[in-house]
Amino acid sequence: MSDSLSRGTDSPARDDDTLTLGGETFSSRLLLGTGGAPSLEALERAIVASGTQMVTVALRRVEASGTGALQSVLERCQVKLLPNTAGCMTAREAVTTAKLARDAFETDWIKLEVIGDDRTLLPDPVELVEAAERLVTDGFTVLPYTNDDPITARRLADVGCAAVMPLGSPIGSGLGIRNPHNIALIREAVNVPVILDAGIGTASDAALAMELGCDAVLIASAVTRARDPELMATAMRDAVAAGRAAYRAGRIPRRWYAEASTQFEGMPSL
Amino acid sequence: MKITVNGSATEVAAGTSVGDLVRQRVDDRRRVAVARNGEVVPRAEWDSTLLEESDAVEVLAPVAGG
Repeated sequence: MSDSLSRGTDSPARDDDTLTLGGETFSSRLLLGTGGAPSLEALERAIVASGTQMVTVALRRVEASGTGALQSVLERCQVKLLPNTAGCMTAREAVTTAKLARDAFETDWIKLEVIGDDRTLLPDPVELVEAAERLVTDGFTVLPYTNDDPITARRLADVGCAAVMPLGSPIGSGLGIRNPHNIALIREAVNVPVILDAGIGTASDAALAMELGCDAVLIASAVTRARDPELMATAMRDAVAAGRAAYRAGRIPRRWYAEASTQFEGMPSL
Repeated sequence: MKITVNGSATEVAAGTSVGDLVRQRVDDRRRVAVARNGEVVPRAEWDSTLLEESDAVEVLAPVAGG
């Protein structure tokens, strides 16, 4: 690139825009949930295509877990495993599940989910904050799935969570980001990474999350349940990168009326 | 003696350890976790933890999710 095209020194570097989360550094800002894929082969292709460096996993009774094939896939992909507490409805249950996950996966990272009911799968903020506090005290790196509420997010950051993960809309709904204003407020309210979790339906939703200032996006169903999970994973990878770049670039202000991009000066009289 | 494993009533010999139970149930012990009466039994304690009458045990393994 010629000197005339290079930017000033105050412009952010193009290639060192990494995500620091829980003391670790990630070049990908896309976290992938592994649930819902039609096959392990499809899941593996989607993980590779997404470029993700971290995927979520869960614990269930061995009779329901199948063979070790999933583990082989995840080992081949060389991604960090983020166990979750999916399905837990009380702080007590979630804390025990997190401890089981720590023993099973040999990690103190936990995606903390404490849901309020089976119909909406919306987080129960009272149980969530209590569980988060207990797990932080116990040495966990806690990434809580939370409502799109800036006050709850601040409470979670205050008790020591490594990030907050507000929903865009209910898990698996594909309804996108129902309250973009609140997501932007959450970004202002906390000084830990904000990871949009749940509700993303398609690539433009992921881009919007990043444009709102989210530090990363966690996507499961939108990829794994797409007609072509591998192609959607590619779309999400590009959308996250594009949205992040747009956020860093600084969008133009919205205007009520047009502003010509071609000057009027020198306009001929015809 | 009678215990409950993953929600099902089961008969095991006296002196059976958590480690024995896991060996009976799981081929691949990688990333398996065990809870006994609602408390985690750390992997390092599986063999030294003996089951008792009426214990409720959960033997868990990874699944895709989240």
